[in-house]
Amino acid sequence: MRSAARRLSAVCAAGALAVTLAACANSARDDGTAAQGGAGATGGTLVFGAAGAPKNFDPIFNDDGESFRPIRQIYDTLITYKAGTTELAPGLATKWESTPDGKTWTFTLRDGVKFHDGTAVDGAAICANFDRWFNMSGAAAQSQMIYYGDIFEGFAKNEGDATGSPLYTGCTAPASNQAVVTLTKYKGALPAAFGLTAFSISSPTAMKQYNANEVTQSGDSFSYSAYATEHPTGTGAFKFQSYDRANGTVTLVRNDDYWGEKAKVDKLIFRIIPDENARKQELAAGTIDGYDLPSPADYASLKAAGQQVLVRDNFNILYLGINQKNNPALKDLRVRQAIAYAINRDALVKNKLPEGGEVATQFMPSTVAGYAQGVQQYPYDPEKAKSLLAEAGASNLTLNFYYPTEVSRPYMPNPTELFSVISEDLKQVGITINPVAEPWNGGYKDSVQKAGKQDLHLLGWTGDYNDAGNFVGTFFGREKAEFGFNDPALFSALAAADATPDPAAHAAAYAQANQDIMAKYLPAVPLSSSPPAIVVRSNISGLVPSPLTDERFNTVSKG
Amino acid sequence: MTTTWAQRRKDRIDDLSSGRSLTGEAFQRLRRNPAAIIGAVLVGAFVLVALLAPALAPHDAAESFPALRENLRPDTIPGAQPGFPLGSDQNGRDFFSRMLLASQQTLFVGVFATVIGLAVGMVIGTVAGAFGGWVDTLLMRFVDVLLSVPSLLLAISIAALAARPSQTTVIIAVAIVSVPIFARLLRGSMLAQRESDHVLAATALGVKRNALVLRHMLPNAIGPVIVQATLTLAASILDAAALSFLGLGDADPGRAEWGLMLAQAQSYLDVRPALAFYPAIAIIVVALGFTLLGESLREAIDPKGRR
Amino acid sequence: MLRFVMRRLLQVVPTLLVLSALVFAWLRLLPGGPASALLGDKATPEKIADLNKILGLDQPIPVQYVRFLGRALTGDFGSSLISGDTVLAEIARALPATIELSVAALVIAIGLGIPLGYLAATHRGRPLDNGTIIGTLVGVAVPVFFLGYLLKAVFAVQLGWFPPSGRQAVDIDATRVTGFAVLDGLLTREFDAAADALQHLVLPAVALATIPLAVIVRITRASVLDVVNSDFVRTANSKGLAPSTVRGRHVLRNALLPVSTTIGLQVGLLLAGAVLTEKVFVWGGVGTLLADGITRRDYPRLQALILLGALIYVLVNLLVDLSYAIIDPRVRLR
Repeated sequence: MRSAARRLSAVCAAGALAVTLAACANSARDDGTAAQGGAGATGGTLVFGAAGAPKNFDPIFNDDGESFRPIRQIYDTLITYKAGTTELAPGLATKWESTPDGKTWTFTLRDGVKFHDGTAVDGAAICANFDRWFNMSGAAAQSQMIYYGDIFEGFAKNEGDATGSPLYTGCTAPASNQAVVTLTKYKGALPAAFGLTAFSISSPTAMKQYNANEVTQSGDSFSYSAYATEHPTGTGAFKFQSYDRANGTVTLVRNDDYWGEKAKVDKLIFRIIPDENARKQELAAGTIDGYDLPSPADYASLKAAGQQVLVRDNFNILYLGINQKNNPALKDLRVRQAIAYAINRDALVKNKLPEGGEVATQFMPSTVAGYAQGVQQYPYDPEKAKSLLAEAGASNLTLNFYYPTEVSRPYMPNPTELFSVISEDLKQVGITINPVAEPWNGGYKDSVQKAGKQDLHLLGWTGDYNDAGNFVGTFFGREKAEFGFNDPALFSALAAADATPDPAAHAAAYAQANQDIMAKYLPAVPLSSSPPAIVVRSNISGLVPSPLTDERFNTVSKG
Repeated sequence: MTTTWAQRRKDRIDDLSSGRSLTGEAFQRLRRNPAAIIGAVLVGAFVLVALLAPALAPHDAAESFPALRENLRPDTIPGAQPGFPLGSDQNGRDFFSRMLLASQQTLFVGVFATVIGLAVGMVIGTVAGAFGGWVDTLLMRFVDVLLSVPSLLLAISIAALAARPSQTTVIIAVAIVSVPIFARLLRGSMLAQRESDHVLAATALGVKRNALVLRHMLPNAIGPVIVQATLTLAASILDAAALSFLGLGDADPGRAEWGLMLAQAQSYLDVRPALAFYPAIAIIVVALGFTLLGESLREAIDPKGRR
Repeated sequence: MLRFVMRRLLQVVPTLLVLSALVFAWLRLLPGGPASALLGDKATPEKIADLNKILGLDQPIPVQYVRFLGRALTGDFGSSLISGDTVLAEIARALPATIELSVAALVIAIGLGIPLGYLAATHRGRPLDNGTIIGTLVGVAVPVFFLGYLLKAVFAVQLGWFPPSGRQAVDIDATRVTGFAVLDGLLTREFDAAADALQHLVLPAVALATIPLAVIVRITRASVLDVVNSDFVRTANSKGLAPSTVRGRHVLRNALLPVSTTIGLQVGLLLAGAVLTEKVFVWGGVGTLLADGITRRDYPRLQALILLGALIYVLVNLLVDLSYAIIDPRVRLR
């Protein structure tokens, strides 16, 4: 405590230019014992176990959950998602509307919102954010704006080869509480994608002061500005205090001026504990209050110990990819269908996936608009699989089955075990499996997605926002080495669906595409959706698990 | 780059290489040593189980059974039931059969790693010792560098540099660690014998160099090699388990090997501790057996111990 | 002596050059480079190719190596793909943690090992001797990561005597001076912080100490036996010196010489064991950096770790040799 106060005052002195003295006084007081401000504040410090270190705290330069977790507490987006759902809800904007052609979006801003540095959130500040992204210079910086590249496609001046023509044309602030964003065309991902954490709104003043745009190459990687590493400034319910890299802790403190429901705890600490068993033991020992992504194997013992296992809603897909390029037999739809019939997906989900896991009937979760009822089903039927194989003259099929090691994803908690179960099923119908294991970061993605070396492979996807294009469009929207087929009819059907602005027609077009994919193409076998969970101690309340893993800790209190 | 640090390790090996072969006298001492007896019994039992495992195991290591998968969930693994004395593993396979069959794979990894290390080390050591001169200098410089890196770190680095983890990469990584030890051991033995009476006699009789090395010199180095091989086996099994724990192990999920099973059971420590504890205990017992036996053998043939 | 040091340092340069070239080339030939790591799950083959171009990874390996060497000579090893921080800063933070852990383990191993080894020797062939030998060998036979888990499960979770992992409790806001948590607590007189750091240190240090403990026990035992049977001890005994004097002044002192050299040898083993121990106890040291870097294929980090490791290793060797020359007049440096 002594030293905390000491260090804090040093920060205040150093940051006196931007940070008002009042803010300093506030945070100094937060360090004391009494809970200040915030209706319903319960005070205290919440320590939450994270599985990995955040890269930096500038939203636009991030794409991973470990960086987004603290960012979501520090920042807000224009549009947000209703807690625990993928439905849109007002964020910094209370209202948003687009022209029928989907090219002009008008945001009405919430009144009186201030950034952590005390500057106002007005139309100009919003536009400054959009302009900053669009005008970002430097190939290094552009390459790391992964979500921006994905949604807004291009920059004012593209510096990489793989960037397209920009979607964004400009932003104006006709009134101080209004921002108007103009685009070149309709995009199916919007408005949902305005809620992506990567598009969180930063304080233009702070960004300027701490050179936010400075991304420099450092060896084979990049290093980020002081803004991104030490002075992230948003509007969120918590303010950034420090990132102690030696101890692996990110410390946030309550923002007493938050526009929404003020945080109940004084301090929120994310403690990085990469080892799965260590997280569990820390929770059992009471040194952390909760952690993300408990192993499905631990649900029962955690519950037995009185902890709360909060299961998120499904928002991901695991599939068995089929590459049609290397083995001609796989070009035959009957062979691909035989593979689908051969896999006992019910048993797979039951045996290996956590509570809440479901068999997937198509390439998107049921909550996404465009989910088709009555798609062709492939129930477990080894006899049918065998006869289909015989019919196609592929009874002696030998397939290279790639699966990743050294990885755990919510859609595949343990790929090796999933592989083991699936390959046993395939062996039962007479398919010879040649297993190929590659490390996830050590070549698996390259082999599978870039080189297309495999016949079969395991992969999946967690949705970013609620749009069918984010699932089927990502998978089958264009020719990919991963699946090794080229079907212009399918590609154009998906492109047409994405370009349909009317929500009902949009959903209908995708539903039709899903029907066709499952009946006519079957480019892969959708296996399952399995929800990741979050676990907290019994005395913690108010944490709402989100299918998008977009949990905000302001509602959390410690009993 | 000879350093005093590495020198110590070398001295220990050199001490061993100057030892004589296992004579009746050494066996006499072994029989009175309780550590040696315990070690021999443990090792004997392990080898016996490993050899008989295919006959003893009721099921295949990779096959999963509907009876076990029926009640298998990620957080509940069925226990003992008729036909499956130790219950299921995390994939609905017979844990009892896997434990038994794993003994064979574990022995295989240990023996193979040791044999490869021994073979490569033997070639290097014999060549260096038999030829001497710049061949010796060059080979020993290389061996000394390898010897000076902590063994597990060396194994980790080698395994990490492999593109695809597999049983082969594990065996190679673990084997390379023992190459310098065997090389130095055999070289010392060769050097000691070059001047000995029986070699001089054979040379005088006109025995060719190859035959001399293979028929007259190598057999006499066998005692210390057996000691070192026994110790290396234990270390290899432990190192292989460590590699598996770090995710650098064998990637074949169907294979049953104790180190691998222990590493894979890390997620199930609360669900069914037996999945981790049984392989762990098996590894501990076997490693202890080989170490006890090896250390007792060393003491038995070590001239220093003969006071 | 100065000439010896200079010559040894000059020998280091070619060794490091060859090693760095090998490591560099090998890491670059492995599948899954920095680009796909930096782009995460959204990576497309086109974007990977693009980023490779930006990072200069499309250049021939020798060109890349020369560039890397140029940067490395100015102390720039680049940034980690995992943490985004510079690799050197990461290592600088992790090194004190590893040293602290290793020293603690060594203290335990020596503190227990020498008395146990001495007792085993003086009770040669009796149950105490056999028990000690077998007991320490069991310690060696237990996989360190499993032992770590057991220690945590019993002493942290069940009994609650020690924290399960980490180096410091989050509610202790300690001032950092040297990076050695216990030492810092003492230096700044934040005794609560020092006590907390010490508590965190106990379990990992015990786990790490098992292997050196066994070695020290065995060496102490063997060298005590050697000395006990030597002529000068026999002389001392026959002179009628009190047994305690013989033991203290003659046996123990002479027996400890080989033990002290063995302890130097253990440092390497400790570093290797630290990889496993640190992973289990989430100890933010060099071992964790290495293990994490391997699983996530953080090539810049691995590259720097291997090279700096080699450099430190060579320098430590040199220091050890020098210290021997100072302690033992029989050692001549050439």
